[in-house]
Amino acid sequence: MGDEPIVLRLAHQYAGFDLDVELSLPGKGVSVLFGHSGSGKTTLLRCVAGLERATNAYLRVQGEVWQNTAQGVFLPTWKRAIGYVFQEASLFPHLNVHGNLTFGMRRAGGRINEDEVQAASRQLGINHLLTRKPEGLSGGERQRVAIARALLTRPRLLLMDEPLSALDHARKQEILPYLERLHDELEIPMLYVTHQIEEAARLADQLVLLEHGRVLASGPLDETLARLDLPLARDHEASVVISAEVVGHDERWHLTRLRFGGGDIFVSRRNFTQGKRLRVRILARDVSIALNSDHASSIQNRFACRVMEIGETEDPAQCMVSLQAGGTTLLARITRRSADQLVLTVGQDVWAQVKAVALLE
Amino acid sequence: MMLDPQDWSALWLTVRLATTVTVLLLIVGTPIAWWLAYTRSRLRGVVSALVSMPLVLPPTVLGFYLLLLMGPHGPVGALTQALGLGMLPFTFTGLVVASTFYSLPFVVQPVQNAIEAIGRRPLEVAATLRASPWDRFWSVVVPLARPGFLTGAILGFAHTVGEFGVVLMIGGNIPDRTRVVSVQIFDHVEALEYTQAHWLAGGMVAFAFFVLLALYTLNPQGSFRK
Repeated sequence: MGDEPIVLRLAHQYAGFDLDVELSLPGKGVSVLFGHSGSGKTTLLRCVAGLERATNAYLRVQGEVWQNTAQGVFLPTWKRAIGYVFQEASLFPHLNVHGNLTFGMRRAGGRINEDEVQAASRQLGINHLLTRKPEGLSGGERQRVAIARALLTRPRLLLMDEPLSALDHARKQEILPYLERLHDELEIPMLYVTHQIEEAARLADQLVLLEHGRVLASGPLDETLARLDLPLARDHEASVVISAEVVGHDERWHLTRLRFGGGDIFVSRRNFTQGKRLRVRILARDVSIALNSDHASSIQNRFACRVMEIGETEDPAQCMVSLQAGGTTLLARITRRSADQLVLTVGQDVWAQVKAVALLE
Repeated sequence: MMLDPQDWSALWLTVRLATTVTVLLLIVGTPIAWWLAYTRSRLRGVVSALVSMPLVLPPTVLGFYLLLLMGPHGPVGALTQALGLGMLPFTFTGLVVASTFYSLPFVVQPVQNAIEAIGRRPLEVAATLRASPWDRFWSVVVPLARPGFLTGAILGFAHTVGEFGVVLMIGGNIPDRTRVVSVQIFDHVEALEYTQAHWLAGGMVAFAFFVLLALYTLNPQGSFRK
C-alpha cells in the first residue's frame, strides 16, 4: 500500500458541462475539493467512485488502476475499495444501525468482526444506537452512522461529498470533532468535497480549488490559502491557517500561549496540554499593519513581518498584503488609503497586529 | 356440500393457473418494471403502452390475436410445433401464457412505482458498500419495494382468477384442463343451475372482497395507493 499518490486525469462531458482535470494528490491526509456549486467537485468525486463514468479518464489509487479509458479499463463502483459518505446519510431504512454498519463490512471482508463494529461505533459515538432504526435518529447521528459504515469496509480511499451540508449549525459542530479526529488517525487518503471554507480550513492538508470544471490550484492548504493570485485571497473571508504548538498557560491573565514560526500567540485560556499542535485560522481582515512596535496598543498579538506582495481584493477600496513572519505567511486586508499612507513596499519590514484568531479545534 | 366434482376440478385448476401465472408474472414483470423505472430510452413510452394494453382492450380482442399467434398458422404456433411442443391453444400451458400477458400490467405497475420510489441513491450507497448488481437487487430493492411486489402478486393472482374472455378464446371449455371457475359458472347459468352458480359466484365475490380488504389493510402506505 504505502503512500502512493492518487493520480487522476479526467475529462467528462455531461449536460452541457465540461469537466477537465488533472491531479496528483498525496496518498495520505485530507485533500479538500473546494469550489462553488457548479464547479464540478461532486461530479469529480462521483467519477472517482465510479458512480459516474467519465468520458475519458485515467485513475490510479495506491498502485491500482481503477479506470483507464485508453485500455478499456473501468472498475465498477462495487469493486473499488472506497468508502463514500453522501450529502444525506442515506442509511438503509429497512436495516437497524448495526445492520447498516455491517452491510459493507460483510461484503468487503467476507465476515462481520464485532470488535471492529464496537470500535468504530465508539469512535463515532454511536455505540448506544446499534439496535435503533434510522428513522429514530437525529440528522447528526445518521451521518455519523454513515461515516462509520464507510470506514468499516476498510477502504483504501475515503470520499466525502459535503457530509455536513444537510445539517444545521449545531449538528455540524457535533460532527466536526469526529472528522478532525479521523483526520488525525486515518491511515488512508480522504477526498472531501465542500463549498464551506471553514470546513476546508479545519480539515484540509491539501486544497484543490475547482472552478467551472477546471483545477485553478492544488497545493498544501497554507500555501494555497495565502496565494494572492487566487480568488480565495480576494474574498472578504480570506484567511490563512497556521499550525501552532501549545507552549504554556498564563494563569494570572487566563491566557494560553501558542507558538508558531513567527512568534507567540495569546488566546483565552483553554485546557490544552502542553505540546499539543493546533490549527489556527487568522482572517485577513483581522490583521492590521504597523510600521513599528513601540506605540501602545490593545492588540497583544504582534509579529515582526516582511511585506512579500501586495494584491487586489474584490473591493476597490481595499488591498491584500502578503506578509512573511518567520517562514509563515500571513494575510492582511487593509485599505488602499492606509497602504499608501504607510508607503508599503515589497521587502519592507513591518509589524502585523492580529486582532482575533480562531482556534480550529 | 353443494359443489360437485366438476366444480372442485374447476376450482383446483383455477388455483393452479393463478399460482403459476403469479410466479411467472413476478419473474417476467420485475425486469420490465426495473427497466421502465430506470431507462432513459425513447422506447420507454412504447413499452409502457404495450404493457398497459390489456387494461383497455376487451379480453376477447387479446384472446383472438393470441389465438391466431399461437395457432397452427401463427408464428408462435409454428415455433412451438417446430420445437416439438405441439399447439398451445386449448391447453393449460396456452392458458398460462395468455393469462401472463393479460395480467402483466397489474404486476408491472405497482412494482415499477415501488422501484421508482426507492430512487437511485440507496443503490448507489449499496454499490459503494461493495454490493454487486445482483446483490443490490436482493438486499436493497426487494426489501424496500416489498409493498409493491406484494401488491403486484396479489393483484396478478386475483386478476387471473377473475378472467373469462381470454380463457374462453384460448382455452375453450375443456373439463379438467381449461375449464376454470369463471367458465364453470357460465356453464351452470346456461344450464339454468342457479344454485350451483350461486355457490361458485358467491365464493368469487367473497374471495375478491377479502383479497382487496387484505390489500388495503396490510398495505395502507403501499404503492397500491400511489
